[in-house]
Amino acid sequence: MSDRIFAFICLALACLMTWGATVIEESFIQDPLGPKVFPLVIAFVLAACGVAMLLRPDGEPIWPTRRKQIQLLWTVGAMVLYVQFLPVVGFLISTAVGAAFLSWQLGATLRQACLGGLSISVGIYVVFRLILGLSLARGPFGF
Amino acid sequence: METLNALANGFAIALTWQNLGLALLGCFLGTIIGALPGLGPSNGVAILIPLVFSIGLAATPALILLTSVYYGAMYGGRISSILLNIPGDEPAMMTTLDGFPMAQKGQAGEALAISGIASFVGAVFATCGLVLLAPQLVEVALLFGPAEYFALFALAFATLGGLSSKNQAKAAVAAAIGLAIAMIGVDGQTGVPRFTFNNLHFYDGIDFLVAIVGLFAVSEVLVFVENHGTGQGTDSASRFKLGRVTPPLAMLKQTRGAMGRGTLLGFIAGVLPGAGASLGSFIAYTVEKKVSNKDDTFGKGDPRGVAAPEAGNNAAAGGALVPMLALGVPGSGTTAVLLAMLLTLDITPGPLLFTKNPDVVWGLIAALFIGNVMLLAMNIPLVSLFVRLLSVPSKYLIPGVAMISFVGIYGISGSTFDLMVMVGFGVLGWALRKLEVPLVPIILGLLLGSQMENNLRRAMTIADGEVAALVESPLALGLWCAAIIGFLLPLVIGRYLRYKEDK
Repeated sequence: MSDRIFAFICLALACLMTWGATVIEESFIQDPLGPKVFPLVIAFVLAACGVAMLLRPDGEPIWPTRRKQIQLLWTVGAMVLYVQFLPVVGFLISTAVGAAFLSWQLGATLRQACLGGLSISVGIYVVFRLILGLSLARGPFGF
Repeated sequence: METLNALANGFAIALTWQNLGLALLGCFLGTIIGALPGLGPSNGVAILIPLVFSIGLAATPALILLTSVYYGAMYGGRISSILLNIPGDEPAMMTTLDGFPMAQKGQAGEALAISGIASFVGAVFATCGLVLLAPQLVEVALLFGPAEYFALFALAFATLGGLSSKNQAKAAVAAAIGLAIAMIGVDGQTGVPRFTFNNLHFYDGIDFLVAIVGLFAVSEVLVFVENHGTGQGTDSASRFKLGRVTPPLAMLKQTRGAMGRGTLLGFIAGVLPGAGASLGSFIAYTVEKKVSNKDDTFGKGDPRGVAAPEAGNNAAAGGALVPMLALGVPGSGTTAVLLAMLLTLDITPGPLLFTKNPDVVWGLIAALFIGNVMLLAMNIPLVSLFVRLLSVPSKYLIPGVAMISFVGIYGISGSTFDLMVMVGFGVLGWALRKLEVPLVPIILGLLLGSQMENNLRRAMTIADGEVAALVESPLALGLWCAAIIGFLLPLVIGRYLRYKEDK
């Protein structure tokens, strides 16, 4: 079933690509093939594969249990929040919190996670900012 | 003679203190990356590229550092295979079959030493092969026109899909997705925007580094979160006494043939487009088992079963560099990542690389020889240090890896938009891995997409829109035939094998 759903997504993508290719504005300088043909070829390949998977799907993958699904959602959410907060509060704070959260998700106790997150953040800051001079996100406090 | 001169110049470049230091650092980091479960060569190199780029190293030193990491990871992959029965990366899978039983018998030290030597033999031979073969291939490649290049790219996708995946359709989907993503942005030839959704961020396309780090590293983090606590965790420290880490001479003698055969087969597998190190170690082990398994000792801790796949995967790693450097078409996942690195450094691999930037090519090849000697020296006496590193629990390791990935991508663009795209690719990568869609064709599509299209359009411009021009030259026709065979043959063989099993 998962494969069939994926096949439908591929077919939908192929349709979208075909539509997207037809609305590409042609320019006045033009080679014989133009910018539309290659996308159309790719859309065709995508559609053909979609049909093939629809006809001969593989066995069902082992999807995570409900509890794991929620945990994965949390993890992705944490990464998105991390990125959003990066320019606001700066590298050190956001990375410490982000790493601590991930570490907690991977089974560290709260104390271990906080310590781990803090040391990862400070460690990266020292190596990449202070030693190698990479530009990291600066928050209002300058770090 | 010309080759030897070039190689001597290469050594002159590689033997500066800075480059030696970088090679040493790369070998060390690479071995750690290879040894840690969940961080293979592709992952490791992918995370390091943006960092190296942001630090602003010149092309040759950067290349030396990252290829040392690549080779180091090939050496390191065996450590966790032998001690923990967990392959650090995919090519090290076959090493678990006899390496772990050897460790259980109390021969962990011997297994590590034998595999280290086998890796060295495989890698050095493959680097020699690279020196001999790459200039020849360059001669051939100089005959290529746009139509031949287009066919060559098709061949790369076909064999990659055919050999590295169980389901052809899924491999082709992956390639199509990669090519489609590569098309986002302003079209180089006519200047019209394509698939940009009127979003300014998309006008200069999606940076392949963002996609690669997302697909490999971020999705790996998600896999770890998913598998945590389900018995597949890897928190156990090394359970074995190492014993002696020098192999007895008798064992070296016994494994001599296995190393030789493994090296040869691995190198051939590596040179073939789309095959790479995993296939190299697989073939090496399978053949060695056929040849030497007279007393049924394989799978129960036969040192030959450790030597063959390790020689095979390191030889394949070197062999895969041949098409990557000479043609610009990578033969495996990690070489695809290395191609990404070259493109980031504004070096286009291919025949012109050898004439235009000989210092880059030969400096790199010399660095490979030096790196291998360093790795052998590092891996025999220092192996207990790497073993100790294995006990870093994943609850600290994985968050660290994730954060370093973010730092690298932020370092190149300083844009949070790219970081969001990277997280998106991470989720996509996780879902595709669940569905058993291979990720490497996506990377290849991303990297080669614009070149493939440009060559197609150039061929059409030359032939004034005549499609038949694509198969006009015998060279192009041959490449297309190889592509079709490479794609369909595994289907036929698979059906034949299933038929035999049913009987």
